[in-house]
Amino acid sequence: MPELLEVRSLHVDVEGKRVLRGVDLTLRQGEIHAVMGPNGSGKSTLAYTIAGRPGYEVVEGDILLEGESIVDLEPEERALKGVFLGFQEPPPLPGVRLSSLVVAAVNKRMGVESLSRAADPKVFGRLVAALQRVGLTAEYAQRELHVGFSGGEKKRVEVAQALVLDPKVVILDEPDSGLDIDGVRVVASIIRDLRESGKGVLLITHYARLLQYVKPDRVTVLVDGRVAARGGPELAEEIERKGYGAVAGQAPAGTA
Amino acid sequence: MESARSLLPERLPEEILGYASPTRAKLEFRGRISRSLIEEISRVKKEPDWMRRLRLRALELFEKLPTPNWVIGVDEIDLDELSHYVKPEVDAPAESWDELPREIREYYEKLGIPELEAKLLAGLSVQFESETVYHKVKEFLEKRGVIMLPMEEAVRRYPDLVKQYFARVFPPSDHKFAALHVALWSGGAFVYVPKGVRIYEPVEAFFLIGRSLEAQFEHTLVVADEGSYIHFIEGCSAPMFKGYSFHDGMVEIYAHRNSVVKFTTIQNWSRNVINFNNKRGIAEEGARIDWIEGSIGSKITYTYPSTVLRGRGSSSSSIVVQLAKGPYIKDSGSKMIHLAPDTRSRIVNKSISVDGGVNIYRGLVRIAKGARRARAHVECQSLILDDRSVAYTYPHNQVDEPTAQVTHEATTGRIGEDQLFYLQQRGLTEQEATSLLVMGFLEDVMGDLPFEYAAVLRRVIEIEFARLGGVG
Ligand SMILES: Nc1ncnc2c1ncn2[C@@H]1O[C@H](COP(=O)(O)OP(=O)(O)OP(=O)(O)O)[C@@H](O)[C@H]1O
Ligand SMILES: [Mg+2]
Repeated sequence: MPELLEVRSLHVDVEGKRVLRGVDLTLRQGEIHAVMGPNGSGKSTLAYTIAGRPGYEVVEGDILLEGESIVDLEPEERALKGVFLGFQEPPPLPGVRLSSLVVAAVNKRMGVESLSRAADPKVFGRLVAALQRVGLTAEYAQRELHVGFSGGEKKRVEVAQALVLDPKVVILDEPDSGLDIDGVRVVASIIRDLRESGKGVLLITHYARLLQYVKPDRVTVLVDGRVAARGGPELAEEIERKGYGAVAGQAPAGTA
Repeated sequence: MESARSLLPERLPEEILGYASPTRAKLEFRGRISRSLIEEISRVKKEPDWMRRLRLRALELFEKLPTPNWVIGVDEIDLDELSHYVKPEVDAPAESWDELPREIREYYEKLGIPELEAKLLAGLSVQFESETVYHKVKEFLEKRGVIMLPMEEAVRRYPDLVKQYFARVFPPSDHKFAALHVALWSGGAFVYVPKGVRIYEPVEAFFLIGRSLEAQFEHTLVVADEGSYIHFIEGCSAPMFKGYSFHDGMVEIYAHRNSVVKFTTIQNWSRNVINFNNKRGIAEEGARIDWIEGSIGSKITYTYPSTVLRGRGSSSSSIVVQLAKGPYIKDSGSKMIHLAPDTRSRIVNKSISVDGGVNIYRGLVRIAKGARRARAHVECQSLILDDRSVAYTYPHNQVDEPTAQVTHEATTGRIGEDQLFYLQQRGLTEQEATSLLVMGFLEDVMGDLPFEYAAVLRRVIEIEFARLGGVG
């Protein structure tokens, strides 16, 4: 059986600048794969490239979802195939209510043409449940998305969408930054549930704090656009103790 | 939600209507605008003499007044080649849809007008070419003393009432196209709401132009007596045809003491229509006039909803949403003239320019000396979706009263690549993402429209933007 998500020897240019210089990585169903690395090492670039952000040019390598290449697909095609990205810094969308976006997104997944009329009447209930799960009230469904949200609220709302849209691959780009300690616990428990329900979670973070609450199955460390180290949960602990400098350079070649 | 689905057309009106189907005219006056042409129209309409004389005075003004130098696109119009009066083959306004000739009836059926009427409206007046072809008012309106009539009938039956207001709120001397309108007016609706009568179900007038090289000059007059309430909706549409047609309508509102008039326009002419819309209201003490205009269709539109705040404590708002998509022009701007103390006004103009569209806002806030503590707020928001499209704002304030407060805000926005990608990441195409963001831009004014009409507007925008970058 093919892997859920496979990144092969990925080289990526952004604005003419080489940002990823050969990244290999595998994500299986029911697995949490943590991607760590210092600021500017290319973690978000990896996430955007998997999601197909325009301007992130794949100059070499491939990205496979369940064995099929998705590098030539539009971002929305990847999304509909089950790739979800929780943004590190989601942009504000003035006038667009969270509920309108969720209705449109769910309708698209059901193949319904209209964006504004909820094809599934249960969608509102599911959204409210997801909001409550991340510690927000139902009122957030009617808020303009990411307009005037606090850093922690943004993260919670991103995670809530992952719950409602039911993707296969959940990429969370620093879902812990800006969160208070209760928020970190909630998000960690959701990530564990996502793993339970068979999803693959690509968890981007540069602190091990979150990883105390949710043990990753694998850890990949990026430095300067390259895989600098790979390992299990113990690698995250080592980074926490010694910093990135100490672990860089111990990547065993070949094993993703 | 359910009802809206069955009620509303799923496509743009001009697409629903398709190409114009030939309809016969019973009478048609074409060509040069002259005294004899106007006398002929007046004779056909069996008008009282005062109206005939009013038309002729307006004709003289039309001949004297210069073409406004700010008007772009009028050089395309050759008034001498237009039909200034086209009477369809309907003798008198029908009271049931079955009485209408099939080709005419089908237009309105395709637009879902009869269903809207049944579900929502207290009264409906429908015009085809130059005449009202259908007119029906629900019984409770008549019982409460509300008069709603085709304009011509009102002129004949209530001359004293009509005479007090007709062409007085908006005098023909104002500009050349106002004069032209008064000289040639035909069709439209008259509404009078008696003292203290508050009608919350809207009434509607719907205008359709069914052919090329036609000029339509409908005249709408709404008189709200003291303490009354009325919501008047005007809609318009046209099928596609070769060449162009010309619309030069007029709306006059008189809001007596403490009355409230809400006036909503959903303009969705086909791309063949050059549209002038002359709209003005007068608000007496404590009265309120609220204009809402969704300006979607047409080739070029000029519309400037205006309120004269004549009485102390009167207020007015004007919300205009204008979409210029493709090589089309929307030239609009609200005007608020404060003549009395404690008057309030609010102007909101939202424009969306895309695919080479041009939006122009030309507004005016005038506060006369003595209009103490008057307050006016103007908000212009332009959304420009690509480098080929533009929006210009020319707000103009004329404040002669030191205690007045006039505030103005103008913003120009674009859609960010990060916003589009975010929405695409949730599964929407770039076009769908754009339409969601455009809807978001309009979100705060949508609540001012009746639900059914807001749904129409949403759907229209959804469809318009689903095709961005497509052919045509
Ligand atoms: N649009 C861009 N133009 C130029 N350089 C870019 C662009 N986007 C990213 N980069 C560069 O690519 C490198 C990797 O950035 P990326 O955002 O992927 O880092 P990161 O690992 O996510 O960092 P952080 O931990 O701070 O979020 C950085 O040096 C960044 O400056
Ligand atoms: Mg990052």
